Amino acid sequence: MSHTNRDYALLGRDAKLAEEIGLVSAQWYHTDLPRKVMKELMQRSDRPAIRDTIILFGVMIASASMGIWLWPSWWSAPFWLVYGVLYGSAMDSRWHECGHGTAFKTRWMNDALYQIACFCMMRNPVTWRWSHTRHHTDTIIVGHDPEIIAMRPAVVARLILNFFGIFELWGNAKTTLQLIAGYMPETTKSFVPEPERKRAFLVARIWGLSYLATLALALWMQSILPLMLVGLPILFGSWHMVMTGYMQHLGLAENVLDHRLNSRTVYMNRISRFIYWNMNFHVEHHMFPMVPWHALPRMHELVKHDMPPAHPSILSAYREIIPTLIRQFRNPDWFVKRQLPPTAQPYRAEYHGDLEPGAPTPGIAGYDNALRPVAAE
Amino acid sequence: MPWIAACSADDIDNEDLIRWDHGGRSYAIYRSPDDDYFCTDGFCTHEAIHLADGLVMDYVVECPKHNGQFDYRNGEAVRLPACKNLATYQTRIENGQVEILIG
Ligand code: FES
Repeated sequence: MSHTNRDYALLGRDAKLAEEIGLVSAQWYHTDLPRKVMKELMQRSDRPAIRDTIILFGVMIASASMGIWLWPSWWSAPFWLVYGVLYGSAMDSRWHECGHGTAFKTRWMNDALYQIACFCMMRNPVTWRWSHTRHHTDTIIVGHDPEIIAMRPAVVARLILNFFGIFELWGNAKTTLQLIAGYMPETTKSFVPEPERKRAFLVARIWGLSYLATLALALWMQSILPLMLVGLPILFGSWHMVMTGYMQHLGLAENVLDHRLNSRTVYMNRISRFIYWNMNFHVEHHMFPMVPWHALPRMHELVKHDMPPAHPSILSAYREIIPTLIRQFRNPDWFVKRQLPPTAQPYRAEYHGDLEPGAPTPGIAGYDNALRPVAAE
Repeated sequence: MPWIAACSADDIDNEDLIRWDHGGRSYAIYRSPDDDYFCTDGFCTHEAIHLADGLVMDYVVECPKHNGQFDYRNGEAVRLPACKNLATYQTRIENGQVEILIG
């Protein structure tokens, strides 16, 4: 049984309501930092990203080589798992950071890694750049943010299947086919400007040919080996992206203008941070998207007095997320409002920081309990 | 068209910018790596975000919201999602003051 009083559709009912109450393209809360400090944190550098990229591609080549060498024995499996997680998860974080233009100092390096990461993830470099732009403008604003990964209440089967990359691969393949055919849905058009659309079609067609060539090679070889290198790793390697991605916003507030209320910072091990490129400092990233990934740990130290305490581990984050998602089955308005330390600026009403767990977003009449349920039972 | 004194030349660090509000409008004034001064509209052309919190790198200013970039010498949008150019204004230094020619 699924009750919801929300309309997550871009261009839908809640999109209009959010606009009416000033949640769209709004001013967001920022922690105050001296300009000199900010300038220092925003500085770009090639060195950390070159180092990490050499490691990334080095390990990918080594693990893929071992996988091919041992193929089709099961002894190749661990190597495919390593290759897969780098292909299906590390490439997500590279797509993300290069999309912001903050991975490297040198522009062409950013652009080159962006294209490679998009190809691996089967994400169109044009549409995904613009969807992420919208995610930063209207983070977790219902009806405006195209990157809300779990609606309230969550569809559990979907959340689980995501770990196997099913929707990532299916959704991206479907979008690629649509773009090859020259079709872009109205919802996508709502965030991709007209002059950019032709480029989206062109890239999809070039990639379509590359995927087709891989498929043809697999048929010719009568083996799925070429697909183990291109395409299929999304299925067996996205789990880390999903595990970390769920921690970003799940169970936290919707329709607020303070990233401390809708984003989560989580401490994690070095390997996960390498794969995720420090996006575990997620409140900091959203508040200051100009700060490159390698400066986020330093930034965290400077702003943590103004933030809810970071989760000490991945497990701790999930201990918060899972019970919240369960509670949202009974009350989709429920969320976790994390306590701020006494040193922090309080949550403020002008940033919708007065929104309380279990209460509907003030001013969005459609959220009234009387209107529930809207969706199928 | 009047020249308006906006700030002291020393108010802006090398390779940096400041916000300047005048006559109900907002501007950004830049000091380049070789100590030349430039002025553009203050708000990004993508969304209404002020560039004053952005980053100056050589002759480019990066918007703090979505990392769109502009060449602040001529206002040209050089990185998405910024697509529309910024308006620019002439500057000069008179007696240690940065003056802007406002149309
Ligand atoms: S607001 Fe400046 S790039 Fe989006």
